[in-house]
Amino acid sequence: MATAVADATAGAPAPEAPIEAFTVTLIIRRFDPDVDDEPRWQDFDVQMFATDRILDALHKIKWEQDGSLTFRRSCAHGICGSDAMRINGRNRLACKTLIKDLDITKPIYVEAIKGLPLEKDLIVDMEPFFASYREVQPFLQSATEPPKDKERVQSVADRARFDDTTKCILCAACTSSCPVFWTDGQYFGPAAIVNAHRFIFDSRDEAASTRLDILNDKEGVWRCRTTFNCTDACPRGIQVTQAIAEVKQAIMRGKP
Amino acid sequence: MAINTAGTMTPKRPAGTLYRGREGMWSWVLHRITGVAIFFFLLVHILDTSMVRISPEAYNAVISTYQNPIMGLGETALVAAIVYHAFNGIRIILIDLWSKGAKYQRVMFWVVIGLWVVTMLGFAPRHLINVFSHVGGA
Ligand code: HEM
Ligand code: SF4
Ligand code: FES
Repeated sequence: MATAVADATAGAPAPEAPIEAFTVTLIIRRFDPDVDDEPRWQDFDVQMFATDRILDALHKIKWEQDGSLTFRRSCAHGICGSDAMRINGRNRLACKTLIKDLDITKPIYVEAIKGLPLEKDLIVDMEPFFASYREVQPFLQSATEPPKDKERVQSVADRARFDDTTKCILCAACTSSCPVFWTDGQYFGPAAIVNAHRFIFDSRDEAASTRLDILNDKEGVWRCRTTFNCTDACPRGIQVTQAIAEVKQAIMRGKP
Repeated sequence: MAINTAGTMTPKRPAGTLYRGREGMWSWVLHRITGVAIFFFLLVHILDTSMVRISPEAYNAVISTYQNPIMGLGETALVAAIVYHAFNGIRIILIDLWSKGAKYQRVMFWVVIGLWVVTMLGFAPRHLINVFSHVGGA
């Protein structure tokens, strides 16, 4: 494909070069609660372009080979957070994982994220994950009125303080990559802490101490063993372990 | 494993794949293994040391059973575990308390491994020479 670019002469549109397609083997961990006692692996061969994503491969399988393959997706562009899954052993968004970034000489393993109850194929029950999220009160709380007919003012520096943690799309890639969460489903998990961080360090918010109390729980930030799996998994590039460390320090200080 | 039409192997095991974490995850796995190992050593060590209170002879009898090459190798492994655990423990403390700790965690992991290698190069040869020079009497 690089040659297609080199061949293009100025002014004239590039001639249509044939784009190379590859046969990619996906081994998918299937589970149908109506039929299977336990999950099973099934493989599929699909024709893919280097610029395709794992989500496109799943679509091709579902639309052309096996309509029973079940997975979640909505936006297909890394915004909604629906399609976190384990691809070759690492949590990724299927819609942001390009075929060209994987070694397609070997089969690609695709399975559901770990630590949440498996419902069907690549779908898990996200409720425990959202329950932890709700518990950290992820909304702005202030007892003081904003200036009349005005918004609450915030300096650029104050806004920058929590910029990183505003990017979360609640995909659960981080929480379900955490070895502590796999064995202790009660642990709040990185995503809940990230979203608490978002408000704890917001200068307009007044409920930081409540959230710090919640996260000082035995199942709170102190469960974190700094494995950095969450930071490596986050499709938004959020420095998750850094955010957790900042919350730990805030708890020790007793204020943000 | 069954060979299918694609000529690839489909795993039979229903379990998922091993999570492919990076330095952070493996450093923690090692930290926990070494931590638990040190704990069990300390348990035994407290028991054998407490033999002194029963009688010095009993203590000497127990301690003398340690003076063989197998125990010598075990001591090397124990020191290796403690050295890793201690250096990596400092790394974890820095990640939690130093504002740039999380950023440099990967570098710090390789520093830990480097320090571990240097320490073990200093310790293991001396110790093993000592252990094996006593083999067969003395
Ligand atoms: C040499 C000095 C030592 C240092 C600097 C040190 C440091 C640490 C640190 C910082 C942690 C927390 C790990 C985390 O948050 O993930 C830890 C965990 C641990 N340590 Fe040590 N430690 C030392 C000695 C010991 C000894 C003597 C024992 C055995 C009795 C031990 C057993 C453990 C265990 C079992 C854990 C739990 C591991 C885990 O939760 O993953 N440590 N150590
Ligand atoms: S912090 Fe990152 S990995 Fe975790 S839920 Fe938010 S976007 Fe997903
Ligand atoms: S489908 Fe929306 S994030 Fe991937």
